[in-house]
Amino acid sequence: MRTDTFLNRKDIVAILLLAVFILVALPLVLEPFRLNLFGKYLTYAFVALGLVLCWGDAGILSLGQGIFFGLGGYCMAMFLKLEASSVENTKIQSTPGIPDFMDWNQITALPWFWQPFHSLTFTVIAVPLVPALLAFIVGVAMFKRRVGGTYFAIITQAIAAILTILIIGQQGYTGGVNGITDLRTLHGWDIRTDHAKTVLYFVNGFLLIACLLVAQFVRRSKLGRILVAMRDKEDRVRFSGYDVASFKVFVFCFAAALAGIGGAMFALQVGFMSPSFVGIVPSIELVIACAVGGRTSLLGAVYGTLLVNWSKTTFSEDMPQLWLLAMGGLFIGVVMLFPNGLAGVWRDYADRYVDRLPWFAASRKVPPPVASPTAATMPPSGTIPTPNTMQVASLELGHGQ
Amino acid sequence: MLFGYSFGDLGSIMAMQGFAGLILFSVFVLMALGLAIIFGQMGVINMAHGEFMILGAYVTAMTSQFFAAFLPAAFSLYFFLAIVLAFIASGLLGMAVEWLLIRHLYRRPLDTLLATWGLSLILQQVYRSIFGAREVGVELPPWMMGSMQLSDSVEIPINGLIVMGLTALITTGVFILIYRARWGRQVRAVMQNRAMADAVGIDTERVDRLTFGLGCGIAGVAGAAFTMIGSTSPTAGQLYIVDTFLVVVFGGASSLIGTIASAFTISQTRSTLEFFLSGSMAQVIVLLTVVGILMLRPQGLFVLKVRR
Repeated sequence: MRTDTFLNRKDIVAILLLAVFILVALPLVLEPFRLNLFGKYLTYAFVALGLVLCWGDAGILSLGQGIFFGLGGYCMAMFLKLEASSVENTKIQSTPGIPDFMDWNQITALPWFWQPFHSLTFTVIAVPLVPALLAFIVGVAMFKRRVGGTYFAIITQAIAAILTILIIGQQGYTGGVNGITDLRTLHGWDIRTDHAKTVLYFVNGFLLIACLLVAQFVRRSKLGRILVAMRDKEDRVRFSGYDVASFKVFVFCFAAALAGIGGAMFALQVGFMSPSFVGIVPSIELVIACAVGGRTSLLGAVYGTLLVNWSKTTFSEDMPQLWLLAMGGLFIGVVMLFPNGLAGVWRDYADRYVDRLPWFAASRKVPPPVASPTAATMPPSGTIPTPNTMQVASLELGHGQ
Repeated sequence: MLFGYSFGDLGSIMAMQGFAGLILFSVFVLMALGLAIIFGQMGVINMAHGEFMILGAYVTAMTSQFFAAFLPAAFSLYFFLAIVLAFIASGLLGMAVEWLLIRHLYRRPLDTLLATWGLSLILQQVYRSIFGAREVGVELPPWMMGSMQLSDSVEIPINGLIVMGLTALITTGVFILIYRARWGRQVRAVMQNRAMADAVGIDTERVDRLTFGLGCGIAGVAGAAFTMIGSTSPTAGQLYIVDTFLVVVFGGASSLIGTIASAFTISQTRSTLEFFLSGSMAQVIVLLTVVGILMLRPQGLFVLKVRR
């Protein structure tokens, strides 16, 4: 099996299976309400894809992916809100034509940063670009100074906290703790009907597969291999003449853009956006969903996100007290026992049987399994090679980890 | 003249807000000291630190209820026993957690973060099941309430003074323990070079467990102090964890002096700003400044220069 091509035979089958699952099986089985819920879970899967590249491959744990998810979501929600607050819809307000929460907060003119969101084109560009821009600023500031590992995680967390407090505090400009609600139409097309929600689900599904293919392309390119090399022996990559910081900035921005797209699809499908999807808690839940699926497998991360969020909904509907316990146990169990998540379990126990199937038999001679370019360096069921082991990190002036 | 206040008013405002900041500073220092020991010295990210603090707060609340019900005569002194009990309870839980969980993850610092986050969820749910989701307040003995009148516009709450005294005591104790005692030397040796420390006969596993226990125990004391300024609820710990981590990182993770200096800077700036701006904007400005400074100086304010 070749691992240097963009897609090999097994990848194609696996991605097709996922596509069938998302685009055929789920819509056939689920009623519109449940389908919409799964659509919501799938928007989180965009974030998980980004995390696979950023965390699984490059070893950069960001605990602030909720920031980028939220920024993308807010961009889309601002556009939809402006459309919903046209002059005739809001003529009972003291200032017609601005969103209702601004009117409630005695704001009489649309703030400047809301102005461009009248344009759909601008919004579509802003959805991946605004998160990527913030990621670029943070990334350049951090990675050029060789801040990484746990420090980076804590600082992204702090930024998530800042953004949440800011959104909640600036109620007149952002809708405060309620967020931006009551979104109605997209270019005159009502997004609240069951039909529209089903259509949006399919758009979301296709977009997810497209993003997955792009992410797969990045991982299988030389760039992807440099990312993995960076995770395992950062100094060696640096001494080989690569500009490590730029690669990190790139992958962080890429993950942020993916999260932004997810956020925008979330706002479209759920019909509102609020700071409760921005802060620290949702950010960590996103990371956990990715870890459960397998931090080094794109497909695993998608399935993991679906599984975690589906079980979260099921648990919190039936026995809300147990949910936190189950979730906490899941965190600990995955970290301690299955550091490679579901994908790791699949790789260790099921993958070899797939390789024996006649159609895949050609692949048997070359060892590296497909789901992970790093699997060759891993012990069969053991721990992941740590990105920054004590010895490596200690060379970096002590703040490397 | 500033914001329409005269300079005399501004002076009293600074003094009062400064004192309010000092109480916040004391709780920050106690929280951050525990975290600085665990994160700075051991390199473990303990996201459940806030829950250890809340355990201390619940222990204090239970002790006060116990005294009120069975030993009303000694009620005025319960707080001192509560502090000791909070330290023991959180410390023991910390050692158990280290043994069950943390020691398997020393080589994967990012994963300790996820595992301890899971732990914090579990602890929150346990607190909710045992103590209920409602906030629990602690009744203070009469002599700890009220305030001291320093001048006609400046008055100082007594419980604040007690929290500060407690903080000073604990901080001194930790300094003596880490920088003067034989055990502290072992801790620092293990942190600076685990393999060498092992080679010269230090039981590194035991040192790890006691260090983690000590950090969690101090968090418990922070929780006991916390009951005087806020009410205890299962999720209260989570509100403070990011602030505390920033305090530790800002100060330079391996330096205890740095931790105290940064706790002082952050809490004073915040409580002074809180008077002029809304609470949330004050927090945003302080957090942004800290993040900004950390981007310019990622190693924090104070650095321990160690050759590794």
